Amino acid sequence: MKNGIAVDLRNVVKRFAEVYAVDHVSMQIRDGEFFSMLGPSGCGKTTTLRMIAGFEFPTAGEIALHGKLVGTTPPFRRNVNTVFQSYALFPHMTVAENVAFGLQMKKTPQAEIARRVEEALDLVRLGGFSGRRPRQLSGGQQQRVALARALVNHPEVLLLDEPLGALDLKLRKEMQLELKSLQERVGITFIYVTHDQEEALTMSDRIAVMNAGKVLQVGTPTEIYERPVCRFVADFIGETNFIEGLAGGVEPDGVATITTDDGLTFRAQTTRPVTPGAKVTLSIRPEKAFLAVQSPPPGTPNCFPVTVARVAYIGSDTRIDVRLGQGRLFDLWEQNSRSTLDRDAYWQPGETGFLWWPAENALVLTE
Amino acid sequence: MLDTPTTRKPYVTGMDSRRSAGMLALGAHTILTMVFLYAPIVVLVAFSFTRDSFGVRWTGFTLDWYRRLLADQRLLGAALNTLYVALTSTIVSTIIGTMTALAMERYHFRGRTGFDALLYLPIVIPEIVMALALLAFFAFSFGILELLSGLRLQMGLGTVTIAHIAFTISFVVVVVRASLKGFDMRLEEAAQDLGANEWQTFRHITLPLILPGIIGGALLAFTLSLDDFIITFFTTGPGTSLLPVEVYGQVKRAITPKINAISTLMLLVSITLVFLSQFIQRRR
Repeated sequence: MKNGIAVDLRNVVKRFAEVYAVDHVSMQIRDGEFFSMLGPSGCGKTTTLRMIAGFEFPTAGEIALHGKLVGTTPPFRRNVNTVFQSYALFPHMTVAENVAFGLQMKKTPQAEIARRVEEALDLVRLGGFSGRRPRQLSGGQQQRVALARALVNHPEVLLLDEPLGALDLKLRKEMQLELKSLQERVGITFIYVTHDQEEALTMSDRIAVMNAGKVLQVGTPTEIYERPVCRFVADFIGETNFIEGLAGGVEPDGVATITTDDGLTFRAQTTRPVTPGAKVTLSIRPEKAFLAVQSPPPGTPNCFPVTVARVAYIGSDTRIDVRLGQGRLFDLWEQNSRSTLDRDAYWQPGETGFLWWPAENALVLTE
Repeated sequence: MLDTPTTRKPYVTGMDSRRSAGMLALGAHTILTMVFLYAPIVVLVAFSFTRDSFGVRWTGFTLDWYRRLLADQRLLGAALNTLYVALTSTIVSTIIGTMTALAMERYHFRGRTGFDALLYLPIVIPEIVMALALLAFFAFSFGILELLSGLRLQMGLGTVTIAHIAFTISFVVVVVRASLKGFDMRLEEAAQDLGANEWQTFRHITLPLILPGIIGGALLAFTLSLDDFIITFFTTGPGTSLLPVEVYGQVKRAITPKINAISTLMLLVSITLVFLSQFIQRRR
């Protein structure tokens, strides 16, 4: 696989009337990667995708496909294909005719069309379905036809607009894995739009988290989850506890002290420079904090006596809300690694314990 | 679940006597409605075969009136004129109407709402007003033309055709727009995404999918043109006669079963068209 840039977005702006749907977005999508754009609805991810496809043209900025500027090139002259959320299969054509459509428009010889259509249908495991009409297929099968119809053209980039949104949960999980392995087999760059963070984490090589028309962070799933750059990203991906306070000094290993206005002091990892005295937010994921029955040894960082407020047993985990300091609620998850019906093995509301976590498990956010 | 037979049965038996009375009334109503709607047509067709020259009594079967019909050059000429006008105006108004419908459904432009209202005008205004307006328009523009170029134009098949195009466009637009409402615009995006340019997208995707609507619109335009009297009457010229006007003229003189015969043939044409359109639409 080449290590080139498949899609290069440079300061792309899309304005509808007075609203900035996409607000100065710059990012580079590499050749052969599974790239996701993740964000709440209205964040600009679909508009960005539509600009790459050519359905919308940028108000300002540039888009390059493999180094070639495509600003106002119409969609039918771009070598990219889209899988639509609604599939958009042609209802008056058979499965084979649907898949053959792109090749026919390019005046490919009939024999080659037949061969490639068969190949594409085999690729999505719809070998015997070529004579059916779209309405005779299930949602998952229609989804596969849409995929085959796009992939048969060997596009430079395949764009997928929430393609699994209409499927039920179980089928969606299956298709996630299938899409990922399909992408690895064909080696085509996939740009995937979704609002489902789990979907993005499962499939992507890299994720761009977007909100209000801006790209907040681009990174691998691990980077996005473990080192979010701002409060929005930390909140949108997974769950987390936020604690606001003022930054104290930062030690050489990057650990900072944070003091809250109710007098608690925390220690947490910084990933970017923090000015002492600045207002910051501490983010700590619920699975990265621990609840101990007995007081941990003196000198344990971030250790507070707490009272258990609520307990929710959800099978794999137990989710516990504890109160610390002057009634501040804190959410933590304990894995149920022991199989037992013994009531004492689980926390009960009203019990007291000690909440603690290593400084590097918490993150200081400045935005 | 609520409509299982076991829960419904007691209710039905309790209402039995009232129900059978109701069924009787419903049956009678159905028969009366059918008689009311179709008896005149049956009578019309039947009396095209009667020997009675006034066409009001059954005095035996004959095809004589059809034979006379085929010998009547005036009537045949009028029939040909009618077919010519109906075909020409249908083709033109279907093309213009479809394009208008596409533009109205797809684009937002200045004056769209006003134009929308304007499109409905020929459907809602009294036909006599439309006819007089067209007459005035032709008289006025022919006058101007003569003044400017000395060219003298006369009312005739041309003016009737133009008038029919003008009043059938609105109907085509209404029918085609209805079929566009159910058309998923993303199919066009999908086609363009797959390399089809605007024309290929229209030809391979949009047109086949809205074709039933277009055929419906065309058939409506054709039927409206075929039996239009008022507008035809006002926009036709000396020596040019169309079937409805010609039939009216002959009826004024004497009602003979020949009129029944020509009506029966027109009925046959309409029925054939309806079946044809049903057949075409069912095949998709």
